[in-house]
Amino acid sequence: MANDTLKKSVTFISRHAPYGVNNARLTLDMALASAVFGQNVSYVFMQDGIYQLLKNQHADGIHSKTLGKALETLSLYGIDEVCVDAESLAERNIQSSELIKDVQLVSRVEIAKLIDEADAVFNL
Amino acid sequence: MKFSIVVYAAPYSSQAAATAFNFTQSLLNQGHDIYRLFFFGDGVHNANRLSVVAQDERNLQQQWDQLIIEHKLDSVVCVSSAVNRGILDQQESRRQDLNAVSAYASSELAGLGQLIDATIHSDRIVNFG
Repeated sequence: MANDTLKKSVTFISRHAPYGVNNARLTLDMALASAVFGQNVSYVFMQDGIYQLLKNQHADGIHSKTLGKALETLSLYGIDEVCVDAESLAERNIQSSELIKDVQLVSRVEIAKLIDEADAVFNL
Repeated sequence: MKFSIVVYAAPYSSQAAATAFNFTQSLLNQGHDIYRLFFFGDGVHNANRLSVVAQDERNLQQQWDQLIIEHKLDSVVCVSSAVNRGILDQQESRRQDLNAVSAYASSELAGLGQLIDATIHSDRIVNFG
């Protein structure tokens, strides 16, 4: 973007499982809109939010859109910084091999840095 | 300082909607500027003008409406969240041929671009919900 003051760093923190409540869907909508409008987006998954990244989700049975499929397309929108809280994975006994590709495992210290460095944080 | 407030919570279900209102009111009382209010997801219910509340209870939707008018606030309700939940302004009502308007005229139904614009132009974004 020509004018750098119109480009901000925005960090999204998603903390809810993909179905049951729509927080995960709302966060995705905001993150995609931010990317489409040229913002610099970091996307962090923690607590139950990590379940959004599990492979082989099929939400057809509950007549919902499969969130995991949408999350696989983040890089097409220019969202390359997709981070997963390693501690949340360990607490739930989930291995990184069970997640969709192109996500980075990060520590809570690194998440704190993403929050600190962002111009705006959305935590849902 | 210039603030924008994002509300995800519906009134009467979550305390967060009332907290967002109280916070916004405090900001204004302390001389801060509100760049924009943005109601998203269940937060769109805060703009419902058809709510009826017992006399000894707080009518949060009406309080938002009064605050927005009194301070000439820019208030945006996410259009896709709103129409899903039956919050319609004049224009959407006509478009969907529904013959009813449920949104307070003090808020505008618009897209997520307005939230991104608020992110760019505010010193602080505060989320409730």
